Amino acid sequence: MTEGDDRVVTTEVVTGTEPQQLNAEGGHGAVPLEGVATQQAPQAAAARDWPLWEVFVRAKRGLSHVHVGSLHAPDAAMAVRNARDLYTRRQEGVSIWVMPAEHITATSPDEKDAFFDPAADKIYRHPTFYSVPEGVKHL
Amino acid sequence: MPTSTRHLATAPSNADVSRYALRLGDDALISAQRMGEWIAAAPQLEEDVALGNIALDLLGQARALLTYAGQLEGAGRDEDDLAYLRDERQFLNAQIFELGNGDFGFTVARLLVTSTYQHALYAGLRHSADSTLAAIAAKAVKEVDYHRDHATQWTLRLGDGTAESHRRMQQGVDAVWPYVSELFESDALTTALAASGVAVDPNSLEEQVLVYVEQVLTEATLTRPEATVRHTGGRSGIHTEQFGYVLAEMQHLARSHPGAKW
Repeated sequence: MTEGDDRVVTTEVVTGTEPQQLNAEGGHGAVPLEGVATQQAPQAAAARDWPLWEVFVRAKRGLSHVHVGSLHAPDAAMAVRNARDLYTRRQEGVSIWVMPAEHITATSPDEKDAFFDPAADKIYRHPTFYSVPEGVKHL
Repeated sequence: MPTSTRHLATAPSNADVSRYALRLGDDALISAQRMGEWIAAAPQLEEDVALGNIALDLLGQARALLTYAGQLEGAGRDEDDLAYLRDERQFLNAQIFELGNGDFGFTVARLLVTSTYQHALYAGLRHSADSTLAAIAAKAVKEVDYHRDHATQWTLRLGDGTAESHRRMQQGVDAVWPYVSELFESDALTTALAASGVAVDPNSLEEQVLVYVEQVLTEATLTRPEATVRHTGGRSGIHTEQFGYVLAEMQHLARSHPGAKW
């Protein structure tokens, strides 16, 4: 399963009362639950379940933080610590960001065509029609 | 310790340093074994991994310390021989490390005490006159710093959480407390090695460790218990009933299949 796959992996039930519920079970990043089919929550998903956090890791100085996955934690401080154990134990990073998955507003798989298809056939948006004179540097 | 005594003191014998390394190594080894028992049994998957990481750090420390103890002993025993082929009375860990995991509150309470103790110990041992012990301590101090932080975070959350989490966290602290003072017992071995600059006198750690632990307990709205009983004997091979079960599980494979390779 790749990033942007239409399938939604979730173990929670949509209540429908919140404007935008997000989930990233399975480590595929925050995906909206609204308007898409979801599975029934397993019995074990009880009140002790912790909120979901998205984890971003900076591999080394000068690079930007990259989304690496998600995890559960009771609060932000524990989320950073869990992220350290889950995603950087083999020296993958020098800095970690975490953020509550519910604070991410994501595009919906339903909107994929409207959002992304129009860009597909506009090759003139790419600067490929200019011939570059020889000897021009730093272009 | 004034520097002058370091020159006056006689060089410590290999046997003494070996025994000291064995004590620290056994603390780390048994602690690793107990922490490892939480894997797949912790309250959450994330906590499985966190406790598993802590166990692996401790196992790494145990390997270095036991290997060094074996070298100094000079009887050709390596880390595996020491870990798997010694009997109960030959283990020199303090009893606090071997106690059954209990519930998560007990495990957190124990980890708070032991990691704070190990942190103070390794921080001091970095300046040991014995360069191997100093090197092991320099690496380990960063690891136990994280263990201490993990235990601190949980103590705060459970102590200052719900009525039930507070009750169980306090219960854990109460159950651990009678085993705390053994960590700070000095004896002829540690006194002699501390005088020659090799060891850290356990007695010298008591105040700073308890100050830190009490500070965390207070912030977590928990009470430091009064120890009416003080269990001791681990450093001379006297252990609790539960210790036999730890060894049985830890040593079973190596003893049933001698020389088995992964």
